[in-house]
Amino acid sequence: MEKPLLSVRNLTIDIPVGGGTLHAVRGIDFDLNRGETLCIVGESGSGKSLTSLAVMGLLGKTIRRTADRMDFDGTDLTRANPRTMRKLRGARMSMIFQEPMTSLNPAYTIGDQLTEALLLHKPVGREAARARAVELLEKVGITAAESRLSQYPHQLSGGLRQRVMIAMALMCEPELIIADEPTTALDVTIQAQILRLLYDLGREMNMAMILITHDLGVVARVADKVAVMYAGELVETGPAADVFNTPSHPYTRGLLRCIPLPGKTERGSTLGTIPGIVPSLVGDIEGCAFRTRCPYAEAACRSEIPRQGSAGHAFRCIHEDGKRQAEEATA
Amino acid sequence: MTRQSTQSSPVLELRNVTKTYKVKQGLFGKARPLTAVNDVSLSLPRGEVLGLVGESGCGKSTLAKILLGLEAPTHGQVLVDGEEIGAQDRLSLARRIQPIFQDPYSSLNPRKSIFDIVSLPLRVHGVGGPQDWEKQVREILDIVGLPARVMNTYPSQMSGGQRQRVAIARALIMKPEIVICDEPTSALDVSVQSQILNLLGDLRREFGLTYLFISHDLAVVEHLATRVAVMYLGRIVEEADVAGLFDHARHPYTQALLKSVLTPEPGLGVPDTQLGMAYPNPIDPPSGCQFHPRCPLATAHCKAKAPRPVPTPQGLVECHLYDTESPMFDNKAA
Repeated sequence: MEKPLLSVRNLTIDIPVGGGTLHAVRGIDFDLNRGETLCIVGESGSGKSLTSLAVMGLLGKTIRRTADRMDFDGTDLTRANPRTMRKLRGARMSMIFQEPMTSLNPAYTIGDQLTEALLLHKPVGREAARARAVELLEKVGITAAESRLSQYPHQLSGGLRQRVMIAMALMCEPELIIADEPTTALDVTIQAQILRLLYDLGREMNMAMILITHDLGVVARVADKVAVMYAGELVETGPAADVFNTPSHPYTRGLLRCIPLPGKTERGSTLGTIPGIVPSLVGDIEGCAFRTRCPYAEAACRSEIPRQGSAGHAFRCIHEDGKRQAEEATA
Repeated sequence: MTRQSTQSSPVLELRNVTKTYKVKQGLFGKARPLTAVNDVSLSLPRGEVLGLVGESGCGKSTLAKILLGLEAPTHGQVLVDGEEIGAQDRLSLARRIQPIFQDPYSSLNPRKSIFDIVSLPLRVHGVGGPQDWEKQVREILDIVGLPARVMNTYPSQMSGGQRQRVAIARALIMKPEIVICDEPTSALDVSVQSQILNLLGDLRREFGLTYLFISHDLAVVEHLATRVAVMYLGRIVEEADVAGLFDHARHPYTQALLKSVLTPEPGLGVPDTQLGMAYPNPIDPPSGCQFHPRCPLATAHCKAKAPRPVPTPQGLVECHLYDTESPMFDNKAA
């Protein structure tokens, strides 16, 4: 078997807050192979963005990150010093953020920002860097690419800015791209185009991608692997087809019931809901964090939660199949 | 309150509404007109939900502002129950039409308690005294699914879903006839979104409300709306009942929009909308049919001549392919 490009074991992120410690991410494991797309899906506060920042080494100083292993192609990220991280970031792993207006510098031209990482990491001259920038702008579907280099971010529309962000992330041909809600702020028409672009480029360059999103439609269409995150834990992981066709954790099924499915959900009918709210992650958390909202919760849910299923499609629940078959029988 | 108008007469009607802004380009540039809403006619029967969809910058929110009386149309009329809104004062209009906005984090005053926020319309309109206010706030909070104890809390102590419920309570406390919902769930998580959508559906049935529902999420619009209007560069390019629009979309733009919806079905990949280039700049709208630069079916005729709105049994569509008088009329498409 191929060695994964990125291998994470027992990643834990703690944030000191006024009343104690906020356990934002609690012992998550995942592997990512070259050329593969992993979608981390979850609601606000589930810890999905922190997970990606932890991999990139971009967490704030007060935030505590521990892991049994965080291995990027032979480099141990848990021990990597800032200098090593700087060499990796932008060159071999890069990030696309949600808000293209705040993540581009308004005082520098598109050309300066695009070429910066390449000039820093690779032994290339200005001319070659600009040529590469033009090539990538064209690849992401920007017309009149040459003339864009001298423009400033405010002169571009939101869709164009997000394309510039993608081009920027690709400048050094990274092996890993982390995209945090890359299309959330965009129109559906542009969203489809950007996702197609990321998908095609990923295949073409054999890049691994971690896509963070709360949109289950996006996940279903682009993911090879899915990781469903709830209250800092991965509650279900597996190949996209398996997670969507046989969703095993009650939370995954709950999420899928909340969205109207064109052609399947009756128009105007009552949508499924997940009652209750996400528990506070400050202080000690015992057992399953979803039990306060779960229809199948029982006393045993307070104890240690076993990992069920296969190595490929796993979920954390005390019930053998997460009560999936019982639920389907009554539906 | 007079609410005896017949079921069939529209509660809200737009007649040839146009809104033009003057936009200055550069410090010394000459002001140029930007037509945000271009000769729009729509009618909304009582109790219906009109979904309004389109990309950013198509004029959806300008239309909402005109309906709320926050902007005056440059031309045309807006009628509520057959009465022009220009002739009504803001207060009486506010009794009948209320908004729910997208972001419950910025649409609620952080310095006011929930009681103050929800009861403000009662005070502004001079309805009853403090004792009645408390009773009414309690009632409306119960209706939107909030416990009475939240009255003394502040927005910062609430979750996004709770805040949106407060915004809905504030909109409904004066018992309006029409509620303008401008992306009411797009700032919320999916599990909260479904709760708010269910609530909006229940309230409509219970109080016979009429909604204008603006959203970029077509799956949500399909779920809640009874009629749908598709807007492009200030024009309504297609309007139909929800089944007609989603099952038999006719305008090429509507078809492209529907194609771009990503349903949670694995293995289908990301669709190619074939929309090609980006949304045009509304200051420089394309000639002829404004959609022609992005339309896969466009011909020289589309570039030269703007299509007229074609009334059909299913609803209105603005495309040469459906106009019997156009040389492009396509019997099969129609």
